[in-house]
Amino acid sequence: MSPIVLWVGGLMLAAAALLIVVRIERGPSMLDRTIGLDMLVSVVVAALALWSGATGRTDLVNVLVVLTLVGFVGSVTLARFVAVEPEDEGRILTPEEVRAHDDRMRAAIAKESKRRVGGREDAMRRAYPEDEDPR
Amino acid sequence: MSPLEWLASVCFILGCSLNLIAAIGALRFPDLLARMHAATKPQVLGLILTMAGLAASLGSSQLTWKLLIVVLFQFMTAPVSAHMVGRSGYRTGKVRDEDLVVDELTEDLRRVQQADTQPPTS
Repeated sequence: MSPIVLWVGGLMLAAAALLIVVRIERGPSMLDRTIGLDMLVSVVVAALALWSGATGRTDLVNVLVVLTLVGFVGSVTLARFVAVEPEDEGRILTPEEVRAHDDRMRAAIAKESKRRVGGREDAMRRAYPEDEDPR
Repeated sequence: MSPLEWLASVCFILGCSLNLIAAIGALRFPDLLARMHAATKPQVLGLILTMAGLAASLGSSQLTWKLLIVVLFQFMTAPVSAHMVGRSGYRTGKVRDEDLVVDELTEDLRRVQQADTQPPTS
């Protein structure tokens, strides 16, 4: 097999893996990430096949067998135990939100430590008294 | 290059481009089910193409049987994981109703619920 095929296919697979990693990072839910992991496994299988075809290494075929057998276990397990997530949970906070949260927590901890020695849960409850979903 | 090598190269390139297309689809599609639809392509057709390319480039009948087993395993495991992901996606409300053209599961569930709440007329 000519090295051109190896290079073209390898670059395509690398780009695919990169895009899938972006999807896994964005989420937004656990199941989207699970799909991303499944696709990553299929990219790895294709890359191994390409490498095996280019170098003639026949021992990699056994790895392909194992990968296709085991690759689905992770996604099935995750899908089995996935629960209803709050709308915003998979999102990564913006720097402003993180700063606001830190300020609120710091103020609440300061207030708490003046009165008595309080744990983190107390500070959390004080920082978000009316929210049912403390972050 | 021999014809067999040409076949292997074409199969490899097609399989790899299917992986790339599916990755673009998974990145750009708006919905869980749409992303699943994109993700299935390299898992089955892409795998068949790359395995055919590998079988053509290795050129050994023993390894071809093993690669056939790889495809067979993928045929058995890919529907399982797709089923589980789709089911838990539906149950946790990740499927948007307005995007669906046909939604027989919701209709069936509603019919079952009606049958449960209403006592039999006869």
